[in-house]
Amino acid sequence: MQIYLDNAATTKVSDEVFKEMTQFFKNKYGNASSLHDFGQEASESIENARKIIAERLNADAREIIFTSGGTESNNLAIQGVAHNYKNKGNHIITTKFEHPSTLETCKSLEKEGFNVDYLNLNKEGLISLEELKKAITNKTILVTIMHANNEIGTIQDLKGIYKICKEKDVIFHTDAVQSFCKTDLDSGMADLISISAHKIHGPKGIGALYIKKGIHVKKLFHGGKHEFNIRPGTENVPAIMGFAKATTLITKKDIERMIKLRDKLIKEILKIKDTWLNGSKEKRLCNNANISFKYIEGESILLKLNEKGIAVSTGSACAAKELKPSHVLLSIGLKAEDAHGSIRFTLSKYTTEKEINYVLKQLPPIIKQLREMSPFKGGGNNV
Amino acid sequence: MYNQKVMKCFKNPKNYGKIKNASGIGKVGNPVCGDVMYLYIKVEKGIIKDIKWETMGCVAAIATSSEVTELAKRKTIEEAKKITRADVSKELDLPPIKQHCSNLAAEALQAAIKDYETRKVKENKSR
Repeated sequence: MQIYLDNAATTKVSDEVFKEMTQFFKNKYGNASSLHDFGQEASESIENARKIIAERLNADAREIIFTSGGTESNNLAIQGVAHNYKNKGNHIITTKFEHPSTLETCKSLEKEGFNVDYLNLNKEGLISLEELKKAITNKTILVTIMHANNEIGTIQDLKGIYKICKEKDVIFHTDAVQSFCKTDLDSGMADLISISAHKIHGPKGIGALYIKKGIHVKKLFHGGKHEFNIRPGTENVPAIMGFAKATTLITKKDIERMIKLRDKLIKEILKIKDTWLNGSKEKRLCNNANISFKYIEGESILLKLNEKGIAVSTGSACAAKELKPSHVLLSIGLKAEDAHGSIRFTLSKYTTEKEINYVLKQLPPIIKQLREMSPFKGGGNNV
Repeated sequence: MYNQKVMKCFKNPKNYGKIKNASGIGKVGNPVCGDVMYLYIKVEKGIIKDIKWETMGCVAAIATSSEVTELAKRKTIEEAKKITRADVSKELDLPPIKQHCSNLAAEALQAAIKDYETRKVKENKSR
């Protein structure tokens, strides 16, 4: 049995998406810039896809720019706004637990002379609107805060944040890569929104940035006049078509089902002694369960689950290349030793109750065995 | 990331547990770093008759705990003193980023031997 519960990392491509894409590889393969029928067919298809994605955000099609994915969208939004509005100010506000594509972009802007403030998170992973208000100065040009956190699934109050930004006349960008199609999100919640296809059963290598009319970004690359002269490069037509198709396939029912299974998973796992849920119980993404297991280490749990065919991820340093525990878990106040024992389960609309039951059967003996090996076990220092 | 030998050690770790009335105990590592290893030895007539470990840590930490105890089991104290991280990592061929785990295992063994010797000196003095 193979059970994939790492859908925050990436998802499988839906059959419908794959089928949609195939024709654009094999038959409708024209370059959208070409004037012949092949080209025009591609061009019309892209504009149709743009409309579909725009509708999902209640936006205008001209406000959607296709990119290579979430990382590029975040770079285009943050660098693009910073460089375009640098005469207005040099101050940017973000949070401590953003995705690396935001944090590293901010760090690189700091080297250029921009000042960046990194807001704190509370235990649930929420920012304080008061702290945000206080952080904004007359030099602030951009606030960038992720919608749903990729590790702990906490959903931020975008409306509250955007209200403050509008009052202070500051541009607001949100990285909605994890939340797009999984919770309420539309163009009324931010000036710029990063989204990606491969988190919603679309293909990898395609994403988009919503840019509100009237907001301007400096482009990252130089080249042709594609994507309203903001993002050059021959359009990846099959991926764009797959992306649009994917946005039409997730229903409210799917979300409700994921929430039900997620809650069952959380409830049953928390019956194991010395475990807790990381993040918010209520303001939580429909498919995320992040749980810490005390006295043991995440990579060991991950690979024991892997032996049973269950794929998850961990915030442990031992599984990371730089040997540091997850910055997200540390930012919400976890001790390093507790961050090491965290496991993230992320469901998809294809996850079944049978699969969840199988996980719930396999997990407790694994935790028990690893705790038997641990010097801490459960009774503290027992020597 | 890990080779078959490491995964085999991880799947079927040898000698885990605790020895009551151990002759020596080595405690190394730090929970903040995610690796803690306790190593117990039972010494009779200068020979490590029994050896056990308790480890909180990753796959490499558990595999090296198993491996170092296999290397030291039934060795004389003098032989066991010569076991280094190189011996452990040679056996398992760990990825570069996990080399420090073999260090931890060798350290735990040496700490247990040191503890055993310290206790012995004290015993002799009190006689």
